[in-house]
Amino acid sequence: MSERRFAEVSRDSVKLMAESAGLELGDEVAALLAEDVCYRLREAAQSSAQFMRHAKRKKLTVDDFNKALRWSNVEAICGYGAQDAMLFRSVKEGELFFVEDRDINLIELALATNIPKGCAETMVRANVAYLDGKGNVGPQGTVPAAVQSLSDDLLKYYQQITRAILGEDPHLMKVALQDLQSNSKIAALLPYFVYVISGVKSVSHDLEQLNRLLHMVKSLVQNPYLYLGSYVRSLVSSVMYCILEPLAASINPLNDHWTLRDYAALLLSHIFWTHGDLVSGLYRQILLSLQKVLSDPVRPLCSHYGAVVGLHALGWKAVERVLFPHLPAYWANLQAVLDDYSVSNAQVKADGHKVYGAILVAVERLLKMKALSLPQPAEGCSSSQPGCLAGPMGYRVSSPGLSPPPEPLAEAGLGIASHLQAGGAGCQWEEWSPVPLPAMYSELYSFFGDSLAVRFSTEQSFGGFSPCTPSHFRETRKEPLGHVSNPDTTRKMPQLTANLNISPRQDGSPRTDPPPPSLAATGSVRSLARSSMQRSRASSSRSGQRSIGLSRDVFPKARFTSPHSGPPTFSFVIGGRQMGRRCQGRRPFQTIFVPTPPPPVVLPRVYTHKLPVIGRVCKPLRRWTRSHYSLHLPL
Amino acid sequence: MNFKKAGLDSCPLTLGSTDQSEGSILRSRWFPFFNFAHAQFIFKMAAVQGGMVDAKDELDIKSEPPSDGFGNSNANDGRLLSSSPGAGTGGTATGNNKPAPGPPEEQQTLLAVLQFLKKSKLAESAEILRREAGLPEDALDPKGTDASGSGPGLAAGSGQVDGVDASSLLSRVTVSSSAAAQAPKKDSSLAACFYSLSASPAAAGEDQPDVSVVLSAYSQQGDPSLYDAYYSGLKRFIESVLDCHRAELSQLFYPLFVHMYLELVYNNNESVAKAFFEKFSGDQECYYEQDLRILSSLTKKEHMKGNETLLDFRTSKFVLRISRDSYQLLKRHLQERQNNQIWNIIQEHLYIDIFDGMPRSKSQIDAMSGSLAGEARREANKAKVFYGLLKEPEIELPLDDEDEEAENEEGKPKKKKPKKDSMGSKSKKQDPNAPLQTRIPLPELKDSDKLDKIMYMKESTKRIRLGSDNLPSICFYTFLNAYQGLTAVDVTDDSSLIAGGFADSTVRVWSVTPKKLRKVKSAADLNLIDKESDDVLERIMDEKTASELKILYGHSGPVYGISFSPDRNYLLSSSEDGTIRLWSLQTFTCLVGYKGHNYPVWDTQFSPYGYYFVSGGHDRVARLWATDHYQPLRIFAGHLADITCTRFHPNSNYVATGSSDRTIRLWDVLNGNCVRIFTGHKGPIHALAFSPNGKFLASGATDGRVLLWDIGHGLMVGELKGHTDTIYSLRFSRDGEILASGSMDNTVRLWDAMKAFDDLETDDFTAATGHIHLQDNSQELLLGTYMTKSTPVLHLHFTRRNLLLAAGAYNP
Repeated sequence: MSERRFAEVSRDSVKLMAESAGLELGDEVAALLAEDVCYRLREAAQSSAQFMRHAKRKKLTVDDFNKALRWSNVEAICGYGAQDAMLFRSVKEGELFFVEDRDINLIELALATNIPKGCAETMVRANVAYLDGKGNVGPQGTVPAAVQSLSDDLLKYYQQITRAILGEDPHLMKVALQDLQSNSKIAALLPYFVYVISGVKSVSHDLEQLNRLLHMVKSLVQNPYLYLGSYVRSLVSSVMYCILEPLAASINPLNDHWTLRDYAALLLSHIFWTHGDLVSGLYRQILLSLQKVLSDPVRPLCSHYGAVVGLHALGWKAVERVLFPHLPAYWANLQAVLDDYSVSNAQVKADGHKVYGAILVAVERLLKMKALSLPQPAEGCSSSQPGCLAGPMGYRVSSPGLSPPPEPLAEAGLGIASHLQAGGAGCQWEEWSPVPLPAMYSELYSFFGDSLAVRFSTEQSFGGFSPCTPSHFRETRKEPLGHVSNPDTTRKMPQLTANLNISPRQDGSPRTDPPPPSLAATGSVRSLARSSMQRSRASSSRSGQRSIGLSRDVFPKARFTSPHSGPPTFSFVIGGRQMGRRCQGRRPFQTIFVPTPPPPVVLPRVYTHKLPVIGRVCKPLRRWTRSHYSLHLPL
Repeated sequence: MNFKKAGLDSCPLTLGSTDQSEGSILRSRWFPFFNFAHAQFIFKMAAVQGGMVDAKDELDIKSEPPSDGFGNSNANDGRLLSSSPGAGTGGTATGNNKPAPGPPEEQQTLLAVLQFLKKSKLAESAEILRREAGLPEDALDPKGTDASGSGPGLAAGSGQVDGVDASSLLSRVTVSSSAAAQAPKKDSSLAACFYSLSASPAAAGEDQPDVSVVLSAYSQQGDPSLYDAYYSGLKRFIESVLDCHRAELSQLFYPLFVHMYLELVYNNNESVAKAFFEKFSGDQECYYEQDLRILSSLTKKEHMKGNETLLDFRTSKFVLRISRDSYQLLKRHLQERQNNQIWNIIQEHLYIDIFDGMPRSKSQIDAMSGSLAGEARREANKAKVFYGLLKEPEIELPLDDEDEEAENEEGKPKKKKPKKDSMGSKSKKQDPNAPLQTRIPLPELKDSDKLDKIMYMKESTKRIRLGSDNLPSICFYTFLNAYQGLTAVDVTDDSSLIAGGFADSTVRVWSVTPKKLRKVKSAADLNLIDKESDDVLERIMDEKTASELKILYGHSGPVYGISFSPDRNYLLSSSEDGTIRLWSLQTFTCLVGYKGHNYPVWDTQFSPYGYYFVSGGHDRVARLWATDHYQPLRIFAGHLADITCTRFHPNSNYVATGSSDRTIRLWDVLNGNCVRIFTGHKGPIHALAFSPNGKFLASGATDGRVLLWDIGHGLMVGELKGHTDTIYSLRFSRDGEILASGSMDNTVRLWDAMKAFDDLETDDFTAATGHIHLQDNSQELLLGTYMTKSTPVLHLHFTRRNLLLAAGAYNP
């Protein structure tokens, strides 16, 4: 801060300048003048700094200084306005510095042939730094998928991943899927992966490959960093292909294409529930194509099976809308297949039973959900759904109609109507009104008979635990189940789960909703619950089938004829010894669903989720974890 | 010019309008004149000018035909009488305006002004000033009153008839200034008055007794050799007091040091001054370094005359906030020691704002200090500020289903809900903190504005919700080959145009959309157009002129500030040549040149509602203009140094100005009052940004810090440290969640504004005392730093969908 830091004009310099101007100055005058010159220079430098700052530069230019001089009414110093820095040269003997001022040969300049080009035009160029959700800039020069060609690294990654997923090594595939699920930088590759997945059509003979591609879909859908956007449509169509098409692989009855269809249906509902809002009208379109398949008698039974499973996966509302009204027409065809006992028909008949089973499971849940939603039409079934505690899932569960979020119920209905009529379906969708539950039940009962009642059981049916004799269609359908009265049932489970998977989403079904987080058991408990649930399910069906008469008693028709008798309380016991709801011992093994109003806190979150979000951070992950469990949770 | 004259005449704010607001207009136009700040200003200017400009030249510039506004102001000044007393006590910009004779030095200043006026043959003004200041008649020497004879007799006569009547007083002001004797100065602009004044003494002669009067307060008051002892004594005392008081009392060091040094210099004790400076300058806070450097270069009495910084220091009281306990302690000490020298300085040059309660800590003091004149007085920030937003006009959205359907097909989900919500929130009933809709007259919405609003609403439904986990992508517009030197950038609200102001005096406008820039056809061609056709607006455009870039020539100095009008029809540019120009973006020609600043105009900005604009520059005043008036409507005076940046509040009722005196002031557009003074920056302020909800203000300075202010409470609420160089641009995201700052250090930084504002719970105590506790959480709030290669970030802008645009010139 001391004054010495400033450069000073010495007295001698002043004298020298005075001499050059032809003046003689005394020492004292020169000293004073020197000091004053210093001060004025500093002052001018100070104010010129202001011009520099406003010109948004860091370098003080001669121009700035001249401006400062001008505004303090001093003549500007001309001749130093060059952009480039001045070159100072020193003369050693005199300790003198001077600006190099070369002579310029004007003649040479004028006659020069290398005429300098005019300076480039001032222009504006846009550069975009794309930030991902975490605020990281993509590497220099990268642009998102829409505008970008692949970098080498990405290309390599793409090759490795596809090779690993479609290759032989299951471990490698697992790793690749895992990475696909969590990698944040693969947005650019999304279209390529979607393209690969659309290759399902070319590998319809290879169940294994189809399975892997579906897993790829699952990983992409789960990746929280990916914005699927309109690619959802493409993914959905690939998945639908697996659900509905008579795959080449299904020619061989040994191929378990049923499992694939179940899995694909699950995936469909998962995509739909997590990303359905990205493509409007998706729900309508899916329902339409499912319905089309269902109403087409030329299609093979495995396609029908897929349609039913798909409807079931989309929720009981879809079943009610599409499957139920269509059932009478379809029933005749199915019945014909089932009643044909010729040997040549054996395979088809087996398929028919598959379809039958799938329909049965679907309508059962339909009935159950209807029964649940009926008493509280305003609040919907949400109050009896502990599942709505689960954040993002809340919307789905709490929505009474289980209709997809983006489309209001009524609108969707109308939309379907128009499409359906165009499609030639005979159902009167325009006048569609929910069939009252008793009517629905009786109609369904006319098709399924007691097997329906047995499966659609209340807690009382759990009371019985004794082995039973399966009815005849149950026998044909699930051969192994028939003579199971001991723990070795579990051994035959694969077959069973394949069928059970058809109620995959468990949307809104209290029985299959994963336990709320508070009750969520640890892994071991869950697996225990899972296995025991399978057992209990089997046992429950057995118990129901034990005697027809009992099942009639068990099914309380009165409840439905007088729905206002009070909200039904379903107590669903997972694992452990089955208890009536009156003795609620052994909590760890029980999940009892009591109609408690859902906490309102959930709503805003659900709402925000419904806003269009780019990036979809973290959301799908959570959902999947839940649906993942439900995948293996049998009814 | 295609302004709607008729519409504007109905605005009471403009000149020549209804009686009611005429008083306030004239008051604000004339009142600052009687303000001390202005008195100082006159002297500053006089000093700066150094008498080099010929008075005639200066006046010629201003000789414009008599304005209609002026005539009106004469016609209807009846209301001033009632509003005048309020104006007298209501306090203006600096708040130190008192009609009664103030402390002796204020009176002295006044006398100096009077003397000055008299000398410049402005006896009328002198008379009025005298009256206004409540000085006795004999305050002026008889010669001075006699001099009034040189003014027009008529005006003087009328003045004597109803001298008490303020209304006639006003008329005399105007008459006298217009007719001011020899000067053919008919412009009623205040500035004209200033400049003619400042120019006159130059003509009068070399001696400046008036300035000496101002400085004379520094006359000898003690033995210069004892200054050292005085100061060391105080220093010892302060260092020995309790910790809690030490920080507060340490505030005294700097102003005392400066004043003592100046006194020494003034009294020609050069060597003593030098020694004093060397001994104690090291003790001062580092943020005063800039000022100390200026100070150190000043060693002669003669130098003091022209030095603005010093005049500021001398003429404004340095404000300190000290708790009562600390103050008592200090007082006792000085009384015990009979240290009159220091006590005198404190009495004369310092304003000690005493508060009851806990002494403040060092960090609290440091946060608020740093400005040229100390902290803001507490009462300066007490006025109520209507920071709420104005109600948006209700525009029913035409529900074009086709459009939405098309959108849906593209796979972009469009929810009706958020739209409804956004509209709903806008059309909510009046915010209690919002000003009345009609507080200041705003231009009516044209049809095109409504269309734009609709566009805006549609766009905002697609807006990305930003947050700490969802940062905006940044699009950087790099100006290449900008050898001329890019000095200012602006982007239209809809992000369709970008304009650059260059040091070579040009303004260049680019279209950043495929839509090219076209001029309107020439008049001859326009005649050929079928005016009834539907697409007449399209037909008037000359397709031949379509280009991406249009260059606007007109300024004669670097363009330091540019601003698009909200309707994208106009562009303002302010330049070093002292003018502000209004350009049409239809014809790409200059429409108006607004003169008045006469010094470099550092910044200008359009009001968010158009029509008005604000400018500020080297002359230390900000001016409020309307596009159809070539004179300012308001002059905001009070800053002690250059006004470096100006911003309109989102509700258009307030204007914020940042200055080189390291303060930010908020001015009320309605009455020209300064309603907030924010201190805390340690360098000239170069960037300001209001939060979209109007509640907060962010400011950035050369010190590389961003400070956040709560406008309602008048408090500093946050400090964002991270930048290493001057911050030239600040911008809040559209919903206010993110604050982006761009700096000379070639970075864009994103800050979590939500968190910064959420965290603060202003309890009553803090609000009452203004003592803030800033937690140092810059690192938590910093969401990202994004480097450019070598491009200072001059401008930031959030598109309507919340993409961040940044601009700057590549600096090879």
